[in-house]
Amino acid sequence: MSVFSSKKLKPLFEPIITNNPVTVQVLGICSALAVTVKLEPALVMALAVTAVTAFSNLIISSIRNFIPNSIRIIVQLVIISLLVIIVDQILKAYAYNVSKQLSVFVGLIITNCILMGRLEAFAMANRPWPSFLDGIGNGAGYGLLLVLVAFIRELFGSGTLLGIKIIPQSFYDFGYHNNNLIILPPMALIIVGVIIWIQRANTKEAKK
Amino acid sequence: MENIGSIFIKSIFIDNMIFAYFLGMCSYLAVSKTVKTSMGLGIAVTFVLLITVPVNYLLENYILKAGALSWLGSSFADIDLSFLSFILFIAVIAAIVQLVEMVVEKFAPALYSSLGIFLPLIAVNCAIMGASLFMQEREFNNIGEATSYALGSGIGWWLAIIGLAAIREKMSYSQIPVPLRGLGITFITTGLMAIAFMSFMGIKL
Repeated sequence: MSVFSSKKLKPLFEPIITNNPVTVQVLGICSALAVTVKLEPALVMALAVTAVTAFSNLIISSIRNFIPNSIRIIVQLVIISLLVIIVDQILKAYAYNVSKQLSVFVGLIITNCILMGRLEAFAMANRPWPSFLDGIGNGAGYGLLLVLVAFIRELFGSGTLLGIKIIPQSFYDFGYHNNNLIILPPMALIIVGVIIWIQRANTKEAKK
Repeated sequence: MENIGSIFIKSIFIDNMIFAYFLGMCSYLAVSKTVKTSMGLGIAVTFVLLITVPVNYLLENYILKAGALSWLGSSFADIDLSFLSFILFIAVIAAIVQLVEMVVEKFAPALYSSLGIFLPLIAVNCAIMGASLFMQEREFNNIGEATSYALGSGIGWWLAIIGLAAIREKMSYSQIPVPLRGLGITFITTGLMAIAFMSFMGIKL
């Protein structure tokens, strides 16, 4: 099928690693890090952002020829807010505990720079289907980083993953302790810094 | 009165926008290359926060909250419009940023030329939206508390960006491993600054 040819899927896979929105494009760090203490809210946040990015890209791209240039920002903001309200209501209805943990950060998806960045850079100039894939790809790239940070922080900070104990009791008997420092907000920044370091050390652009 | 003071101090040091909640990180990382531009952005953020949070506070308490419309008559008393808060807050922020930009351009051209490019960017700064959402979540008692929270958060954000910009200016003379240059080291520096700010957490107000 032509819609799934490898060239068509480039917007989907490129942002996940090589053009990651967070580590390479420097977008959307804002509300991300505060939800990475535990894996579960990070997963939910990643899904929510992916859904909002994909659908806002799709909608804006389908109506891009009807939006007057001077008011495009406000049109984009309204569409993003509507999608975020839907996501928020769904979370409140079906995942109330996670929605409580995420608190204001669901609302802050609206001001997440990934959304505006991708709308301006991609959806305003491309057809709906590639824009939709671009949205999923960027959301997934963002989610991957979020889940990676949350994985490290929950495993070493609390010794659990998704609330299930991973580190066996015998370790604790030998004097192993959970690293409480890693739960504190500053460590999220340092972990992201190290991830960026590792990634840039392994990509060609950074080497020159 | 005491409460207003403690909210002010708390929002600067303990609940610092950047170091405790990572709000407004995008512009924080992008603009903090020199102290002069960071100063401009810091002042612009404080200024816009100081206007948007009280306006959104009034909106929240007289239009959006469950039962907030009771001043219109008893038949409106059980209306709950709080699901509309995201879209109304962002609309208010975008409108006020536009308005502030026009007013500053007309009456204070000197200030406008120093803030100029930053004002429109602020509409999508997470710190502004975040402050309004935190204001909604924390249910302040009166508009004075909300205003002091807005001012405190703005000053906290301003302090954080000035500090980082000063460090980055010095850091351009240091030997940093190539892949770590730019974004990586900025993240780690911010993390270390946040650890320093955590020492304020023990303060009980």
